[in-house]
Amino acid sequence: MIRINCPFCGERDHTEFSYGGDASIVYPELDASMEEWHDAIFMRENIQGMQSETWHHANGCRMWLVVERSTMTHEIQSVRPAHEGNAAVLSKSGSGGEQ
Amino acid sequence: MSAKRLSQGGRIDRDQRIKFTWDGSSMTGYAGDTLASALMANGETVLGRSFKYHRPRGIMSAGVEESGAMVTVGQGSRRDPNVKATMQELYSGLAASGQNAWPSVRFDVGAVNGLFGRFFSAGFYYKTFMGLPPMEWGSGTGLWMKYESIIRKAAGMGVASREADPDVYDHAHGYCDVLVVGSGPAGLSAALTAAKAGLDVLLVEQDCELGGDYLNLADDASAKKRKDLIAKLEKAGARIMTRTTAFGLYDFGTAGLLERVTDHIASPDKHLPRHRFWTVRARQTILATGALERQVAFGNNDRPGVMNVAAGRSYLNRYAVLPGQDIVVATNNDSAYATAAELANAGATVSLLDARTVISESMMSLVGNSGVNLHTRSAPLNVRGSHGVNGLDFAVASSNGWSAQGSESCDLVLVSGGWSPVVHLLSHRGIRPVWNAEQACFVGPDEVNEPIYMAGSAAAVWNTDDCLTSGESAATKAIKALGGKTRQKAAPVAGGWESPIEPLYEVTVPDRQLKSFVDPQHDVTTEDVRLAHREGFVSVEHLKRYTTLGMATDGGKVGNIIGLALMADAQGKEIPEIGTTTFRPPYTPISIGALKGRNVDGHFRPLRRTPMHVWNLDHGGTMTMAGLWHRPWYFARKGEGISEAYVRETETTRRTVGLCDVTSLGKISIQGPDATEFLNRIYTNAFAKLPIGKARYGIMLRDDGIVMDDGTTWRLSETDYFMTTTTAHAGKVMVFLEELLQTRWQDLRVHVTSVSEQWAGSAVAGPKSREVLEACVEDPAVMSNEAFPFMGVINTTLKGGIPCRIARISFSGEMAFEVYVPSDYASALMDLLWGVAEPLDGCLYGLEALGAMRIEKGHVTGAELDGRVTIDDAGLGKMASPAKSFIGSAMRDRPELMREDRPRLVGIKPKDTSQTFNAGSILCAEDKVSGLGEGWITAVTHSPALGHWIGLGFISSGYEAWEGKTVIAADPVRKGNIEVEIISPHMYDPSGERMYG
Ligand SMILES: [Zn+2]
Repeated sequence: MIRINCPFCGERDHTEFSYGGDASIVYPELDASMEEWHDAIFMRENIQGMQSETWHHANGCRMWLVVERSTMTHEIQSVRPAHEGNAAVLSKSGSGGEQ
Repeated sequence: MSAKRLSQGGRIDRDQRIKFTWDGSSMTGYAGDTLASALMANGETVLGRSFKYHRPRGIMSAGVEESGAMVTVGQGSRRDPNVKATMQELYSGLAASGQNAWPSVRFDVGAVNGLFGRFFSAGFYYKTFMGLPPMEWGSGTGLWMKYESIIRKAAGMGVASREADPDVYDHAHGYCDVLVVGSGPAGLSAALTAAKAGLDVLLVEQDCELGGDYLNLADDASAKKRKDLIAKLEKAGARIMTRTTAFGLYDFGTAGLLERVTDHIASPDKHLPRHRFWTVRARQTILATGALERQVAFGNNDRPGVMNVAAGRSYLNRYAVLPGQDIVVATNNDSAYATAAELANAGATVSLLDARTVISESMMSLVGNSGVNLHTRSAPLNVRGSHGVNGLDFAVASSNGWSAQGSESCDLVLVSGGWSPVVHLLSHRGIRPVWNAEQACFVGPDEVNEPIYMAGSAAAVWNTDDCLTSGESAATKAIKALGGKTRQKAAPVAGGWESPIEPLYEVTVPDRQLKSFVDPQHDVTTEDVRLAHREGFVSVEHLKRYTTLGMATDGGKVGNIIGLALMADAQGKEIPEIGTTTFRPPYTPISIGALKGRNVDGHFRPLRRTPMHVWNLDHGGTMTMAGLWHRPWYFARKGEGISEAYVRETETTRRTVGLCDVTSLGKISIQGPDATEFLNRIYTNAFAKLPIGKARYGIMLRDDGIVMDDGTTWRLSETDYFMTTTTAHAGKVMVFLEELLQTRWQDLRVHVTSVSEQWAGSAVAGPKSREVLEACVEDPAVMSNEAFPFMGVINTTLKGGIPCRIARISFSGEMAFEVYVPSDYASALMDLLWGVAEPLDGCLYGLEALGAMRIEKGHVTGAELDGRVTIDDAGLGKMASPAKSFIGSAMRDRPELMREDRPRLVGIKPKDTSQTFNAGSILCAEDKVSGLGEGWITAVTHSPALGHWIGLGFISSGYEAWEGKTVIAADPVRKGNIEVEIISPHMYDPSGERMYG
């Protein structure tokens, strides 16, 4: 029963969200090689500890978030919008960002 | 055991007599009784039969740890097995019966299993399934077949009702500052301290009354203290829930509670749920969960009439039942002394065996003054009697263990092997308890990384007054953590006995074979544990699974520590080196009903209805489930079944015109200056040059090159597109588009909006479809072939001023249109279309006819696009543009995905065209009907156009490789094998003339 502090909606149950995946992956350009795509899609770290991951507030604001969560304790260190433009707007208005 | 009800004392209400039945016999108890105390007062001793050996079992405790008095309560659809009689409050008309025995718990034919003890020794199931060493999977199958019938009869505990559960269950949510679990001295004092500090306190108690161990104490001072604390607590505004078990602790301060609302009521209000399943979020949690008294392993320690000492006290003081007349109390710690004295004072003859040598003066005088015969350095060795206790063999401590020392007749044996703090909830959080050797028990660690505090005997504080302080101390920590001002109260140290406990787990003497139980509920004996050790099981987690120790409904509350101690002894180690098993939720069993709550039948999952739902029903539609959607399946006319109806609908649509509700398709509005670029990246085919007013069929791949979805996208303006997806994948596609725009392609100026709910749609298909629409639109000129060619899109107005958008696209292979109107106009649209189509001898058609027509045409749907299929497998390779990159374009070139012999989409027809075949059949070469075959069948239908059954499926290398060959459609569990031919999937009008016409 993780609680995620959505920068747009406030603190909500994780049941409102769906898990995306590893937020540290940089997806290659569409015309990149098969090898680069292979690494981006299939090669995953199995992190013990703080992990940066994407969550989708599917039953809320529909925004994709980047959550730093400990895979050992579920402790959440930070939540920010995945879209940098949105993150910038929020931090300017002072209404969200880091937990 | 010859128990008798006392004429005074206890917490029962002698003015309220309650009638109940046990195995059909009428009995009487009092308000305040549990089923166990009432049965005991009525002289019943054998209440159950054990799991494996069918040994007679009686009451072993007075609480949740009960392993003997497991009974079935209720009848018919409300029959509830494995109810602990010690936890079941008595109510008028309660019908209880013994279980796991035939014909009755007293005379059980199954007891013969005891003679086959070797069948059921440790690891029996593993050996049976895996075979004898060397263990290889499957080699034990023969053994399993041999034993199955015996096991089926012997195993299981009670029988659940086969009828539907008539009761209602609820889910509820709660919040509080401080959750206090347990209302003994520590819990009451913790809750009171926190409530007085102005915090929102929720106190939960599994018992029907607050007080915990106070309820078992007979002295006036304790009764007064309890009353006083409760009164203050109510005044301080704490919220109190009784009959509520905190069964699990989860992340972020979440607790799972089970509230038993009506289990104690004879005829409950029918509007009340039976149980409520609470999800409570607490900022701070105090666990005042108490401690459970342990057994000691000795011969026949499972006989009816062997109980823990605290239970003896509870029956005497709370329920006013003197549980025996001739009692032996056996202990290794101080806690049994008061009970021994009280039992003697109540008129029983009491002998007290203490395994220790050193006993404090005050303890000795406490029992001495009551006439208890105290024997030090003594312990129970073996119980005499088969259906009860009629004597006990003793052992005395000798230089190298125990030696037998005579016996004594008695009718009740009370045992205290020490106390185990209830650390279960802490363990649920992954926090490992640590061994406290001085107190011979596991306790929570000093440092806990979460706002959870242990208090009272749950922290191994044994003295009642110390427990009050312990609760207060825990509360001050919680108050501080929440920013309140308070003076930190120091916690009392663990302990409180005058002379230390001396560990005692098993009493055994050389050359004497005894059946000594560690886990009576699962019939695990000391010998089972040693056998597991001899067979090489070192880890306690393996021991647990191999012997099933601690895996019964009590979760090892009584037996775990003894099991650990025996394992440690066998390995020559100390208990902390062996470790402890992790306790997992639930602390006590919870009903399946509570887990499901109201999510049953039609409420099991959300139901989606299209805005044409009622219209469809009014026009004879039979509905079927498609995902969450209710969609029309077929529209039967008089005398028709589904087969006749869909064949007629298919034939009519191809001959004149048919209408079909297609509202459930996913619809996404894609808008913005970069919308075109966005679509060009996500579809495999070119979208960059799609003209305004045109639609295009498109396929999307996943990143890994497998097909995700298909559908049409309509260009409404320079910057505005209307995308349709399949019904099944609508949600998934929307999520993916949002992810791409918000994470990968943040620079694209595109907005996506789900408009599935905003637009209702109907397909108008068949040679007369244009004629129907011409009559429905305000300006028929827009419908001409020139103005509105194949794949054209128009925004126009229907008669009556209904705004609509129409695309000329076809799923059926006929000339066809999809017409969308704002959802509120759904019925008006259908009235308008049907008003024209019906006189043209048209029809309404459902999913079955839709499926038949698309199979005839070889169009793929979710049945084919199952997450394994590439665009080439589906025969749509030419839809992948070689001139651009798109999602999945790199990965679809993987060698394995490009192999020529991959299964490819094909059409299938029976060799003998009078025959039928099934979807799900495996396609095999004629000479090799085995293994995985060469392919599979995804969909079948009767084709009115072709006059026989056809199907779609996949087969290696595609249809060209199988031309002229006979293929077997193998369906071993249903139809058997049918000879089929593999043909092109485009089985009807392959050139598409009808569509363009
Ligand atoms: Zn949100």
